[in-house]
Amino acid sequence: MLRTIGAASLDELVNVPAAVALRSPVSVAPALSESEIAATFAGFAARTTGTQFRSFLGAGAYRHYVPPIVGAIAMRGEFLTAYTPYQAEASQGYLQAIYEWQTYIALLTGLDVANASVYDGATALAEGAIMAVNATGRKALLVSSAVHPNYRAVLRTYAEGLELDIDELAYGAEGTTDFSTLEAALADQRYAAVVVQSPNFFGAIDALPAAVVAQIKATGTVVIGVVAEAMSLAALATPASWGVDICVGEGQSFGVAMAYGGPHVGFIATTAEHLRRIPGRLVGKTVDKTGANAYVLTLQAREQHIRREKATSNICTNQAHCALCATIYLAAMGKTGLRDCAAHNLARARELRSRVTALAGFDARFSGAVFNEIVVKVPGKAADVLAALRDKSILGGLDLGRFYPELSDCILMTATEMTTAADIDALATALSEVPQRAAARS
Amino acid sequence: MPLLAPETPLIFDIGQDGRANCYLPAGPALDTFLPKALLRHELPLPDNSELDVNRHFTLLSHKTFGIDTNFYPLGSCTMKYNPRINDAMANLPALRDLHPFTPDEQAQGALAIMWELERSLASLFGMAAFSLNPAAGAHAELTALLIAKAYFEKQGQSTRTTVIVPDTAHGTNPASAAMVGYKVVSLKSDERGRVSVGEIKKAIGLDTAVCMMTNPNTLGLFEDHIKEIADAVHAVGGLMYYDGANANALMGNARPGDMGFDLMHLNLHKTFSIPHGGGGAGAGPVGVAKHLVPFLPTPVVRCNEAADAPGWQTTERLTFRLEFDRPDAIGTMRSFWSNFAHMVRALAYTYANGFDGLTMVSKLAVLNANYIRASIKDVIDTPYDEPCRHEFVASAQGLKRETGVRALDIGKALLDRGYHAPTVYFPLLVAECLMIEPTETESKETLDGFIAAFRDIIATAKTDAAHILDAPVNMAVQRIDETRAARQPDLRWRPPA
Repeated sequence: MLRTIGAASLDELVNVPAAVALRSPVSVAPALSESEIAATFAGFAARTTGTQFRSFLGAGAYRHYVPPIVGAIAMRGEFLTAYTPYQAEASQGYLQAIYEWQTYIALLTGLDVANASVYDGATALAEGAIMAVNATGRKALLVSSAVHPNYRAVLRTYAEGLELDIDELAYGAEGTTDFSTLEAALADQRYAAVVVQSPNFFGAIDALPAAVVAQIKATGTVVIGVVAEAMSLAALATPASWGVDICVGEGQSFGVAMAYGGPHVGFIATTAEHLRRIPGRLVGKTVDKTGANAYVLTLQAREQHIRREKATSNICTNQAHCALCATIYLAAMGKTGLRDCAAHNLARARELRSRVTALAGFDARFSGAVFNEIVVKVPGKAADVLAALRDKSILGGLDLGRFYPELSDCILMTATEMTTAADIDALATALSEVPQRAAARS
Repeated sequence: MPLLAPETPLIFDIGQDGRANCYLPAGPALDTFLPKALLRHELPLPDNSELDVNRHFTLLSHKTFGIDTNFYPLGSCTMKYNPRINDAMANLPALRDLHPFTPDEQAQGALAIMWELERSLASLFGMAAFSLNPAAGAHAELTALLIAKAYFEKQGQSTRTTVIVPDTAHGTNPASAAMVGYKVVSLKSDERGRVSVGEIKKAIGLDTAVCMMTNPNTLGLFEDHIKEIADAVHAVGGLMYYDGANANALMGNARPGDMGFDLMHLNLHKTFSIPHGGGGAGAGPVGVAKHLVPFLPTPVVRCNEAADAPGWQTTERLTFRLEFDRPDAIGTMRSFWSNFAHMVRALAYTYANGFDGLTMVSKLAVLNANYIRASIKDVIDTPYDEPCRHEFVASAQGLKRETGVRALDIGKALLDRGYHAPTVYFPLLVAECLMIEPTETESKETLDGFIAAFRDIIATAKTDAAHILDAPVNMAVQRIDETRAARQPDLRWRPPA
């Protein structure tokens, strides 16, 4: 090969000027054989004990049953090792799968169109906010404080770059957004969008009342609805039905592993009106020159590789493979499986609530209707209660004080179809011992 | 030719009631729990038997090229083989099923993986630290520019709002700059296909925030004056950003840090063998020099015992924590900490190669690219007549003039012959551009097969152009009506009325 090239050595081909040669030795992980790699990672896995605990964690990442068919199909090499389907003729299968994903998201949210996915729920919100800013020409957002704190954090990070102002709406006694200040806030028409999440970070169903939607839309403001627990879409009234213009969310619940935070899969669905403002890739159905049905990436004039600095977003990579997993999951589960799954989530969360709040000192913090998460007020600090539970191999949920200082005596607990009666028994038993322990300590 | 069903019905057209699978026990009626007003009226999704689902998606996979089935000489995309050990490690249940809010104490192995990878990357690329937070390359560019913006604000220099981007840059560079409100100044490459020190000196000034470059650039050429360019940008107070899309040419041989770059990103889905998955998920760690470390997005993995020096060390006796409280941090870029499953894959890849292996990866990537270049340059124009790095560009401009066959058509004809098309029409400064990057994992036999196919296409173009213009004919579909797709957008199936 070197002879064909006309080079004397490999080193000659990779030679760099002396000014940029390595200045110090490089230290990376040492070379191992594959069997040694497997042993090394078995060691990492052994030092990662979280999955051995009974877990009531949710808060934007959910443990759901994933039928093995999802992995069996998604790990096929054609899907796993494909590039972005720019060469449509050689990518018809993947393109059709993404068209099916777009359809599933449109049907689940009740909206007209969905994109081919974005990084995750939080970045979907940031991108959805940019759509609203572009649609209205306004540079401020009014966001419910019951929207996932990490999503709001990402929105603030993006807003630094885009120079957007963000104001927040408080939450009320039901754990839902308090709209009593809304009218005054909307008066000067400075907000591009009002952002609410349902079910919100406290688990409460926070769909906007029709009167509030009318109030918002009368000021030319866009309604952005956030869905962090996609499984709720199988049961609850669709975001479109309660007035959402742009629905952004996280699809991890549909057969995507939690994987300590990623990759997950964000989605953006919207009305036909906002179609051309949607960021990222879109797959369209058309025909080939023989008239046969064909799929292709379309409306690319919105995108960075064509528009460069004038693009609707800088997004290039999406989460195609996670979207594929979700599509296979949705196809396999079907409406019956999804309904059953949603029903089990509703049932287990209620069982969890009744068992925990029956214990002396433990109360439901909010009164609103929930999907699969509840906020429990505990005696003393949530952090102390959670530490006591960890001693019993239970991850009791999320310390809300981490994000809401006024809720440092509250735990966000989640139950899904994977939560067993034994899990809830163990939690109730462990919690029943907490007050005595706390008392013994003081 | 495989038996390809010309059309696969949509999943929505094949389902029927009564075909639900029994993955979960039957659940109670939803209105047992919530009033009907809070519930959806209908869920218009099909029930499909698992066999039908399996066959549907398996047939779709047959209509999809992947690295596993076809050679993918796609410039700037680094379509190397994705070793399956990486996926097996990412799928270890203790890692795959770990909840992101798991307390640090129960996530020590996961944190160790992130720390070992981060320390290894810092040393390999000459950076003080990396953030594993960004989800992809473009996301990383945005992260890095936000870091630059925060840095300048802290320095009281928020009037720096210009980003210098060479015309060879990836489209994401200017798009990312626009997302932080920076003005883009495009820089013309010189006749050698490089950024000239003279041009850069004319473009920069006290308004310069960042100069974004990749090296080797997208023409596959090493920016040999990079040190002078970096010195010039630093002299006016600007920062140098390294777009790591082409890092597969460099490993073990040169480091962005040594070249004077202050910020960089890596596409782990390119250089570190993570599967592209049909366009994601990717992963785009951002590396920074020492003065920018405080601005990295949160969280960062910190070791409770060891110092912060770049470089790998064994973590068996160390403990780790996620650090969120960092007052100068730009914030966070995503829902949860990182695309962790990809960090597992990237670390497994690092272990599989070690320093010598990674160095050889880059050398062989350069060798393979030069071999193809040398083997086809007598039949197609190669505008920059010198050895390339990991990729090179060719121009079909002459061929188009002579025969009417364009870069696009060569790509389509390659599909018919079992090869994925090269990147076409990028970079923009080369007319009828074909950008070819074979990567190190392909054998000489595969390269020879591609070379023969490419030469055959050029020869056929000269004798029977119509044949090439007609391609592809061996795929599931022929040339697609893209205009119709854009003019009459059909982006979803709708239930029959």
